[in-house]
Amino acid sequence: MKILKITGLLLFVAGFFVFNASFFWADYRLTENAVKKSIHDEQKQALFLTEASAILDRPVSSNFEFIHYVSEIFETINEKQLTKYAITEDELDRLAKLSEATFSIANVDSVFRTSNETSSFKNKVFKDFGGSLESRTFSSPEELHTELKNVSAKVRDYAIINRAGFDRYAQKDIKYSLAKASAESPVRNNPLLYLLLTFGLCIIGAALYILPKIKESKGIKNNNIFFHPMKNVGWLGILTGTWLIVFYVILYFFPEYMTNWIIMVDPISEMLNGHEAGRFFLYGFIYTLCILVMGVRMIIHYRHSKYQIFRTLSVMFFQTAFAFLIPEFLIRLNKPYFDFKNIWPLDYSFFFDFRLDQLRESGALGIFMLGWGIALIIIAVPVFVYFFGKRWYCSWVCGCGGLAETLGDPYRQLSDKSLKAWKIERWMVHGVLAFAIVMTAAVLYTYWTKSSWFLIVDSYSLREVYGSFIGAAFAGVIGTGFYPLMGNRVWCRFGCPLAAYLGLIQRFKSRFRITTNGGQCISCGNCSTYCEMGIDVRWYAQRGQNIVRSSCVGCGVCSAVCPRGVLNLEVKDEEGRFGKPILIGNNNAKLDV
Amino acid sequence: MVIHPVFNLTMKHIVIIGNGISGVTAARHIRKNSDYQITIISSETRHFFSRTALMYVYMGHLKFEHTKPYEDFFWKKNRIDLVFDHVVKVNAERQQVDLKSGNTLHYDALVIASGSRSNKFGWPGQDLVGVQGLYSYNDLVLMEGNTKAIKHAVLVGGGLIGIEMAEMLLTRGIRVTFLVREPEFWSSVLPMEEARLITNHIRSHHVDLKLTTELREIISDHEGKVKAVKTEKNEIIECQFVGLAVGVSPNIEFLSDSGIRTNNGVLVDSYLQTNIPNVYAIGDCVERTYQLPGRKNIEQVWYTGRMMGEVVAQTICGTPSKYEPGPWFNSAKFLDIEYQTYGTVSNVLSPAEDDFYWEHHGQKKAIHFVWNKDSKKFLGVNTFGIRLRHEYFDRWLRQKKDIQFVIAHLQEANFDPEFFERHENEIANAFYQKYPSFKAA
Ligand SMILES: Cc1cc2nc3c(=O)[nH]c(=O)nc-3n(C[C@H](O)[C@H](O)[C@H](O)COP(=O)(O)OP(=O)(O)OC[C@H]3O[C@@H](n4cnc5c(N)ncnc54)[C@H](O)[C@@H]3O)c2cc1C
Ligand code: SF4
Ligand code: SF4
Repeated sequence: MKILKITGLLLFVAGFFVFNASFFWADYRLTENAVKKSIHDEQKQALFLTEASAILDRPVSSNFEFIHYVSEIFETINEKQLTKYAITEDELDRLAKLSEATFSIANVDSVFRTSNETSSFKNKVFKDFGGSLESRTFSSPEELHTELKNVSAKVRDYAIINRAGFDRYAQKDIKYSLAKASAESPVRNNPLLYLLLTFGLCIIGAALYILPKIKESKGIKNNNIFFHPMKNVGWLGILTGTWLIVFYVILYFFPEYMTNWIIMVDPISEMLNGHEAGRFFLYGFIYTLCILVMGVRMIIHYRHSKYQIFRTLSVMFFQTAFAFLIPEFLIRLNKPYFDFKNIWPLDYSFFFDFRLDQLRESGALGIFMLGWGIALIIIAVPVFVYFFGKRWYCSWVCGCGGLAETLGDPYRQLSDKSLKAWKIERWMVHGVLAFAIVMTAAVLYTYWTKSSWFLIVDSYSLREVYGSFIGAAFAGVIGTGFYPLMGNRVWCRFGCPLAAYLGLIQRFKSRFRITTNGGQCISCGNCSTYCEMGIDVRWYAQRGQNIVRSSCVGCGVCSAVCPRGVLNLEVKDEEGRFGKPILIGNNNAKLDV
Repeated sequence: MVIHPVFNLTMKHIVIIGNGISGVTAARHIRKNSDYQITIISSETRHFFSRTALMYVYMGHLKFEHTKPYEDFFWKKNRIDLVFDHVVKVNAERQQVDLKSGNTLHYDALVIASGSRSNKFGWPGQDLVGVQGLYSYNDLVLMEGNTKAIKHAVLVGGGLIGIEMAEMLLTRGIRVTFLVREPEFWSSVLPMEEARLITNHIRSHHVDLKLTTELREIISDHEGKVKAVKTEKNEIIECQFVGLAVGVSPNIEFLSDSGIRTNNGVLVDSYLQTNIPNVYAIGDCVERTYQLPGRKNIEQVWYTGRMMGEVVAQTICGTPSKYEPGPWFNSAKFLDIEYQTYGTVSNVLSPAEDDFYWEHHGQKKAIHFVWNKDSKKFLGVNTFGIRLRHEYFDRWLRQKKDIQFVIAHLQEANFDPEFFERHENEIANAFYQKYPSFKAA
């Protein structure tokens, strides 16, 4: 048994090593084809090719160097375009002279003739940005001049790079796609082999490590958890957390560096959806594997409890089918990508213009999806929470919950149980919910009115801020990267707006509660320690009070680890749900303490 | 809660000796019901922790921090003063306690909640290095040191603390030999059927359980450390650690010349008052001078300490209340098997009693009912691997339900988590098979 475990560990480490090594393990040879594939505008293509001549068809030996070259090319092009298309003082003077006290946009045609390419460009952008000056009267030539200068500044800031060069969004996309198309690596030559050497080894290793546990007797085996360097924020935990954080930062903010990994899963992506893989395909693939492999571990660990077995099978199923396979098949069928179990506001982009448009353009299926998504929000959430508690989603269906309950299970004891943490939690999670609602309202307002200003903010920047700070940084980087540091539900507890919504209903209108068994609690603290949501379960149990907390995800682990059988997740009549603290057994104590 | 104004006008000082579950419960309830000044003295740990969780700290399930039921700010916030000191003497005449530090504290009411200490029966070698009991935080620290890098341990005494020590040692990969006087594990308390179930379970964990075996002496090496034990059967077992888990006794030595009457424990009346007015005693250290049906006069469990704390607080705050615990209940865990009991199930059936035992084939689950032969009144239940509702059994025992009622309503009293396999029908069928007369009725 010991030998199996050690072999498993070694295989896992080997697979993990190959995976990390393959990040660096490619040459990059920029080809004309790659450029044509990545840049669709022909003029920009040509510009890029001219500037790139120095590295064209020459291998560059690392992703960092390659990205560096590409960035430099963008810089050069942008600078050149700025010089070329900038509106000069002289041009502004001429324009001013042509105008009397009242400005006429028609004058633009005389200064910027459409006969040559440069001035034709200037003509267009000046009209776009200076259109509002038409027929305006100016009290002095200076005033007019100032206004004209403003227009030229706007052109410089917003038009030239956007239209004739590469803005930062375009740069990001192109860098990624160039890096992916240019990579020449053993992985590219034989992706399946590397899939085997990385994920394959890791899975086999994990299986060898996990499966022998079946031989131990059934029951709670939390032995040595707080002595373990992985599970008690020891060196291994800190290392793992750091790795996860770096992985997420690369995934969300610097995907252009990780193309070699993505190439590895290209064949799988092509098999499933007919297209090459993107970064989120890779992410979904890893995510699903983690839930499946660690789900098996979870089931073995808690196999004395059918509740835990069913619950874990459920998250494994929903992740694999709903989050991973069905959306890929939809893409293969040329239908919109859609995760039928993802609910706004966790799925914060559900009401974004491009998604609404996509659904509206997809005929009956699209409309069904739209209706389904809305029904989940306004019917499924309240009804199911009423009957089962928020657990129906958070620990049975949700993908974030699924990962937390499987990959994250070894870290559940690290959540902070202090009263202070609870206070912070309530402010934060409801704050994010409010933010999500305002952001979505702004986005919808813009969608219908076409005006980007919503009350006092710009809906585009609002959604960008939400996307990068909440969607990527909080849910991803912190949410998972902090598993080994702050427990497995950091996101669910402090950040998830859907959890906040589900929680409000659970707190105020639900049949769900955790009941305590009379006077049997011995205040040992196992329940509180292993509550991933940081609920001080013992506080209630030792005074014989039901646990009715908005954050409880109903994982049932408190009930499983209690050595005295004190806790039970129950759905019953709402009456008496909150209950008075009663400790059975004592005739002469009328308690309300 | 009603606050009695008469008592509230004078600011009394309540001093509590012991910050275990009893003393702390008393303090919390006194605070809730009054504005008295409250001081808890303890020389064990600065803050209240759960003694029952000591094993989990050793096994790495918990950190010591986790065993504290209240965060450290709780005490100040609730104006409960904590004094980390040892009471060397109680001077009842002058209403003061003398502390080891030389300080004295005056009290208007004193609550003695000093708990227990591990028994030692004068075995040769019982004070050697590597020989210890498990009761206090200090014992835990000691055990951590005593068991570092050792291979073999011997435990003496087949009770609840013994089995906990066995489980603890197993998690460190230490071989355990367990000397138990009784013919089956804990058969001084459990009926034979259950005792056998637990015996088998302990053995399935590769514990070398030696039944009907008693300790004769503990043998030292040349450095004064334990080297082996010798049993009454003259068997010598080499070991580097001996755990003595042969019960606990009230911890009352410091009261010896205080004028407070003691026997095995501090003697109290039904108001938990000692022979001296305004001096009360609660918890493990108490010996009741009055009888309660089906209960012993010294009860050293968590729940009784807590209940006494609740009651004494009422009395001190002006609502004199008798300590009248309801039906007995308790629970424990034997390695993987959870155990609960409600009412009275003695290890040997009395002639007036009848019983029914059911055990699952394959899974480690069992249930044992006892009732009065003539009246059919249900008397108690032991349950293993099946959780039962305290509330229901407490009610049924108080309402003196008969056994048929209990069997028929067993389903409602089940407290197992959702989706767990249920056995009520199986149990009922087996019951009616054995006692067909009940079916007709
Ligand atoms: C390992 C273990 C496991 C247990 N498991 C269970 C269980 O599962 N279920 C159950 O019901 N019971 C269990 N018990 C028994 C239960 O813990 C005790 O019944 C309970 O803790 C007694 O509480 P108490 O407040 O009366 O005394 P204690 O908890 O002993 O508290 C007394 C305190 O007073 C202090 N003290 C004593 N004298 C002085 C003095 N002169 N000056 C200053 N301080 C003093 C002591 O140091 C101690 O801190 C267990 C006990 C042990 C040791
Ligand atoms: S209270 Fe219990 S069921 Fe709820 S989240 Fe915490 S451990 Fe899970
Ligand atoms: S409810 Fe159970 S796990 Fe929680 S403190 Fe009480 S006995 Fe321990």
